[in-house]
Amino acid sequence: MVSSYRVQGATGEWEVVIGLEVHAQVTSRAKLFSGASTEFGAEPNAQVSLVDAAMPGMLPVPNRECIVQAVRTGMALQAQINTWSRFDRKNYFYADLPQGYQISQLYHPIVGEGLIEILLDDKDESSAKQVGIERIHLEQDAGKMLHDQHPSFSYVDLNRSGVALMEIVSKPDMRSPEEAGAYVRKLRSILRYVGSCDGNMEQGSMRADVNVSVRRPGEPLGTRTETKNVNSVRFIMAAIEYEASRQVDVLESGGKVVQETRLFDPDRVETRSLRSKEEAHDYRYFPDPDLLPIQLSDAFLDECRGSLPELPDAKRHRYETELGLSAYNASVLTAEVETARWFERLLTATGKAGPEIGRAASNWVISDLFGALNRLGKTITTSPVSPEQGAELLALVADGTLSGTLAKQVFEIMLETGEGPGTIVEERGLKQTSDTDAIEAVIAGVLEANAEKVAQYRSGKDKLFGFFVGQTMKAMQGKANPAVVNDLLKKALS
Amino acid sequence: MSAITDLGVKAIRDGFRNGDFSAREVADAFNAAVAAARGLNAFVVETPELALAAAERADEARASGNLKPLSGVPLGIKDLFATKGVQTTASSRILEGFTPTYDSTVSGNLLAAGAGMLGKLNMDEFAMGSSNETSGFGPVISPWRRSDGGNAPLTPGGSSGGSAAAVAARIAPGVTGTDTGGSIRQPAAFVGITGIKPTYGRCSRYGMVAFASSLDQAGPMARDVRDCAIMLEAMAGFDPKDSTSLDLPVPQWEANLSADIRGKRIGIPREYRIEGVPEEIDRVWEQGIAWMRDAGAEIVEVSLPHTRYALPTYYIIAPAEASSNLARYDGVRYGRRKMPGQGGLTEMYEATRAAGFGAEVKRRIMIGTYVLSAGFYDAYFNQAQKVRALIARDFERVWEECDLLLTPTAPSAAFALGEKSNDPIAMYLNDVFAVPASLAGLPAMSVPAGLDKQGLPLGLQIIGRALDEQGVLDAGLAFEQRAGFTARAEAWW
Repeated sequence: MVSSYRVQGATGEWEVVIGLEVHAQVTSRAKLFSGASTEFGAEPNAQVSLVDAAMPGMLPVPNRECIVQAVRTGMALQAQINTWSRFDRKNYFYADLPQGYQISQLYHPIVGEGLIEILLDDKDESSAKQVGIERIHLEQDAGKMLHDQHPSFSYVDLNRSGVALMEIVSKPDMRSPEEAGAYVRKLRSILRYVGSCDGNMEQGSMRADVNVSVRRPGEPLGTRTETKNVNSVRFIMAAIEYEASRQVDVLESGGKVVQETRLFDPDRVETRSLRSKEEAHDYRYFPDPDLLPIQLSDAFLDECRGSLPELPDAKRHRYETELGLSAYNASVLTAEVETARWFERLLTATGKAGPEIGRAASNWVISDLFGALNRLGKTITTSPVSPEQGAELLALVADGTLSGTLAKQVFEIMLETGEGPGTIVEERGLKQTSDTDAIEAVIAGVLEANAEKVAQYRSGKDKLFGFFVGQTMKAMQGKANPAVVNDLLKKALS
Repeated sequence: MSAITDLGVKAIRDGFRNGDFSAREVADAFNAAVAAARGLNAFVVETPELALAAAERADEARASGNLKPLSGVPLGIKDLFATKGVQTTASSRILEGFTPTYDSTVSGNLLAAGAGMLGKLNMDEFAMGSSNETSGFGPVISPWRRSDGGNAPLTPGGSSGGSAAAVAARIAPGVTGTDTGGSIRQPAAFVGITGIKPTYGRCSRYGMVAFASSLDQAGPMARDVRDCAIMLEAMAGFDPKDSTSLDLPVPQWEANLSADIRGKRIGIPREYRIEGVPEEIDRVWEQGIAWMRDAGAEIVEVSLPHTRYALPTYYIIAPAEASSNLARYDGVRYGRRKMPGQGGLTEMYEATRAAGFGAEVKRRIMIGTYVLSAGFYDAYFNQAQKVRALIARDFERVWEECDLLLTPTAPSAAFALGEKSNDPIAMYLNDVFAVPASLAGLPAMSVPAGLDKQGLPLGLQIIGRALDEQGVLDAGLAFEQRAGFTARAEAWW
């Protein structure tokens, strides 16, 4: 699908070309080349090994778990897995980089080309677009500078120093901020399914370098800028929007876009120049002589493949075909791995399969459960109602014990008390009744009390039927089976 | 009884076991010798208390029957090895005052085998040098002097100059050295002792201050071949903390040591006959060939065609790796820090590194930075990597024709301090015979072969196939028995 996003300049339309380099922290207890812990939020410099601090004579030893995670991620992105890869040193001086070089993979990354399919419209499969993955490589994170601890010195926290990152580089295939946003969300979703990154952008587990250029539609690529370390989907989209229109302004006023590194200021919603190409570092990449090349065996690849879960796209298609879900419902339920897991536990607990339960269950989750969680400021993982309780509620509706109205009432009580729906129905007598004698008696009372309206109805004012239903239900405190009420009312009024 | 300090590693180990003397007596004797030889500047740190403590443990172990392989033997440790609680500087001012909280695997292995530590041995700064003159703590002076009566102080060679001098001066029975491009072999040759660089990966590099990671390799230096075998056995072994360490069992080099080399084919590479090498070098080489033939070996002329590219290749790869390995000495976390009155981080880096590094280290950082930089990488570093592969292939091919190689160790005898220190190229040429085996990662040993006209030692080098330290040691033993090298430096210090 061709994006119609265009920047309107004074001299006409411009197309935006976007590529993203996403840095995703690998989920692993230990760092890429040392045994130090990676937990977030520890005291400064509490998680630093001799290797991370680059003490004299210290050597890196690759952490197998990080290699596994990178390979699994590559497989999830349908990418080429390079069975021979190697680490290189990227040399530069900074106080948060103890070795004076970052161990990365320039020449022979562990993962090659792959792709991600994004949906620009959740309700519409035909809005799918494929974004190419150029490569994924493993590298070390740097430490953190603390500039606010002392009036004239900067402090360094090396807790993050050496933490494993995957740099996931896209091809310049995106053409609008929305596509970039959808790409990052989808990538995040896949990483979380795979369990190779927690995707937590607030804690810095995922951040993106945003490459943007503009051109007249159909013309060759323009000069790009790279905006570093943008750490939310919203900011990524804002940075692209700002950068695209800035570049259009520059070009339309006769200037040239300078190839440079920029930073995004979220407060002022703008990008600013950090350093130009001329000031760019010469990183003097070369193969790290402390490390042997990584060679992956077939057994290792099988192990990685065998541990992959069902991924969001496959799950979405399955929900549509097996469970008869709408594209939208399937999309919403599979976007986050926790939601899909919750939903599948719910299905399992119902003991049913296929569209018979799929539609009802998905509608209930999306409208009732999500609505309630939203209202309570909770997420699926902190839901006060368990999937098993949800399944019980759905069963009570399906067997006619509860009407839709009653079910909503029971659900509210479940949210408040955490009790199961069965208990609530029993203890509070909220069962729906289909007892025709009882309902007929109530109807008789309603008609008697509203004789005038009965006359109007009988003389052709059909719309009053709803009024009688409402009155009956009200008198029965909502517990009457609505279908039975309808039938009996029709008879009584005829 | 001769002085304890006249004994080597094996003689001390066995004599101590037999009850000829206590470990305490050994430690006392060497501690005293070390203290008396300060004029050589062989040690940058002396640790007599550690030697004594180990001796006490050894004496207790002997009493309780729990002897370890090196119980009772005090050793000197090159200052490139991190030693827990003992200052470790790689003889650089930039690490002055740095005391590690950890032991290098190699020195730790020796201590765990019961050895004691006499102190940390002086060396060329970060192992960059061939004369020990680049040390931040002053040059080591060789115990040897020319027989012409001139008292010009001579170099013990480098970079393991303190190590070499200590063994030659009989102030340590055995020492550790490290060899990146000849740093064990050339000094061993200069002072008339034996030193072996094992196959790359035999000894762990963990805790060894890195110079050029793909070349650095630890090895022993001692009075004879058997002492080297004993020490190497204790130093070597797989180490999960070094990814390049070889996951192989350590052979019993000492027990298997045999001077019977009948039928071995010993190659004489024609490319090692180079212009400008003193006639005396050729003479001892010819003599060595004759001894090998006498031992029953078959002598074959062979060719290693890329030999002449080895030195330039080495002087691209080693500085390239060094320029990156030495980036960590930035004044931020340990060692020396120099803060100029003005400026920020960059100014601190500049001041710290300007003050902390010596001229040779700076030169190599500059060379290494240059050959890795954009636009020059392919022409220099990448090309050097390719030539390195060709040099390694030369050896692979030559092993079809012979089992070992016999060559000179260095192109000259020891020179006087100051003689070459202003001419880096002349200095680098010292390594011309040593560097090819380093680039190929092969085991290579220098054994004393004789004296030159000025009474200075000359050594020959035996190079073997990867992992064939045994073959190298065996040939060395056969050589040693025929050379009967007993010359020693007269004590003047």
